[in-house]
Amino acid sequence: MKKKYAGMVFILPHLAGVLLFLFVPFLDVARRSFVRAAGGFAGLLNYGEVLRNEAFRLAAGNTFRFTAVCLPLLMLLSLLLALTVCGIGSGKAALKNCFLIPMAIPAACVALLWQLLFDNHGMVNGLLTVFGIEPVSWMSTGASFYVLVGSYLWKNAGYVTVLWMAALDGIPGEVYEAARMDGAGRAASLVFITLPCIRPAAFTIGVISFLNTFKVFREAYLVAGSYPQERIYLISHLFNNWFLSLSVDKMAAGAVLLSVVTGAAIAALQRAWED
Amino acid sequence: MRKNKKNTAGSRLLLILRYAPAVTAACLAAGPVVFLITGSLMGRGELGEHLAPVLFGTEGFVTWRLLPMYPTLQNIVELLCDSPEFFHMFWNTMKLTAGILLGQLLCGMPAAWGLARYSFRGCRLVYGLYILLMLMPFQVLMLPEYQVLEKLSINNTLWAVILPGAFSTFPVFLMYRFFAEVPEEVLEAARIDGAGEGRVFLYIGLPLGRTGIVSALLLQFLECFGMIEQPLAFLKDKRLFPLALYLPEIGAERAGFAFAASLVALAVPLLLFFAGSEYLEQGIAASGVSQTPVKGIGKGAEDESFLL
Repeated sequence: MKKKYAGMVFILPHLAGVLLFLFVPFLDVARRSFVRAAGGFAGLLNYGEVLRNEAFRLAAGNTFRFTAVCLPLLMLLSLLLALTVCGIGSGKAALKNCFLIPMAIPAACVALLWQLLFDNHGMVNGLLTVFGIEPVSWMSTGASFYVLVGSYLWKNAGYVTVLWMAALDGIPGEVYEAARMDGAGRAASLVFITLPCIRPAAFTIGVISFLNTFKVFREAYLVAGSYPQERIYLISHLFNNWFLSLSVDKMAAGAVLLSVVTGAAIAALQRAWED
Repeated sequence: MRKNKKNTAGSRLLLILRYAPAVTAACLAAGPVVFLITGSLMGRGELGEHLAPVLFGTEGFVTWRLLPMYPTLQNIVELLCDSPEFFHMFWNTMKLTAGILLGQLLCGMPAAWGLARYSFRGCRLVYGLYILLMLMPFQVLMLPEYQVLEKLSINNTLWAVILPGAFSTFPVFLMYRFFAEVPEEVLEAARIDGAGEGRVFLYIGLPLGRTGIVSALLLQFLECFGMIEQPLAFLKDKRLFPLALYLPEIGAERAGFAFAASLVALAVPLLLFFAGSEYLEQGIAASGVSQTPVKGIGKGAEDESFLL
């Protein structure tokens, strides 16, 4: 039948590209991760080397900490924001538009601002001294971690708020109406209606936010270069540096490890959400 | 926001309290744009005064003001009339973005239609593969992509960024969501009237899936315009660099120029953003939240997330 093959014809060009540029090369790298670049089967040697590598441990730890701090913070803050915005009447659309602006601002355009804000003589320190607080050297101490957290929140909070608002809009008003008839207060409505209803959305939003944590590399790289302060040396920096030094063995094993960890994190999130 | 409703003082205060967090957040989000505009309009002298602590290491801290004291178009004029390298990089960015979007349009769009409207052997498998690839951060695919680009010997050309980007799977997923919404009866009716599968796609699928297509392209545009990782990895020749890699190199000494360059670079995505904000919002909503309205509590939480 004609219809039977039509689907395949539609997909074929794109699928061919995906296989050629993404999937098959990835499989090849997975194969290579068990081989030495110099030749010869290596077993798990490359993996051992990566796991023992000090830079890897530092970067993995930092990335884990960054994700553990940012993800809950982002999701909670933007949910609160979404709840307040959903409650107000006029001006909602304009507010939403403003929230999304950071999406349209390329990282390169804010790098300059970040520098002027967080320099030792920058605006943030200026503000701190006004309140009588000691200036902080933001980019050369552990404080850089919080600069990066702030940068991530700034970039993603609006986007995630709009996601939450879409989820909240999906809850029909009659449900709240009925609950109010039954004597439920606002707090009860929130706990027993709003939160259960947005649970499925929370999962997807979590995954999107998680994947966006990798993109914070852009700001970090533009402001602090390939070797930033130790606390913000992330997996993305490490991969970029391995790439530049052509450490193929380590990169291959690292790419497989990262894909497994990413997949496992998402699967675990999903499992946690289902029951 | 409009707060001029005739109310008692107490309820007015309540109203302000309600708006306060949202308005604060909106100001924070939009702040950098204002900052770039102000900076671009400041002359060399005024900028030097504000930025001296960073530029020359003088005492004190960087200061700023909302409106320039002596506004001038000097920076913008210098940028537009006397900086060929800026435009060179600007066109690099535009070429990369246009190439990727074109690929998405020509290959990604039909693929989304095929996945959404037909079932054939292995279609679940293909869908699963697409989702999986969508979820992988660039760092995972960096070396694989590099190696295949090396084999095709197109590394260090704009194609090295365009080709893998053109086959990224996120836009397909987004368009899929909207194509799947088109009611099957409409397509059946067209088929009965003698339309072939290609015509059904062109004359029914495309118009009805318009929102998905526009929002996917818009999101992809914003993504491509600010791309750092890919050009950094696959381009060595500085003449091929996109704007995003060039801007940070300007340096604070030429702050006025840097401001103007950032502003002009920002103008393109920002204008598109405002022109298409409605589509963008729907696209964002579709990427995260199931389109089917929640039917009731308990049953309402049916999981339509993209992993299933």
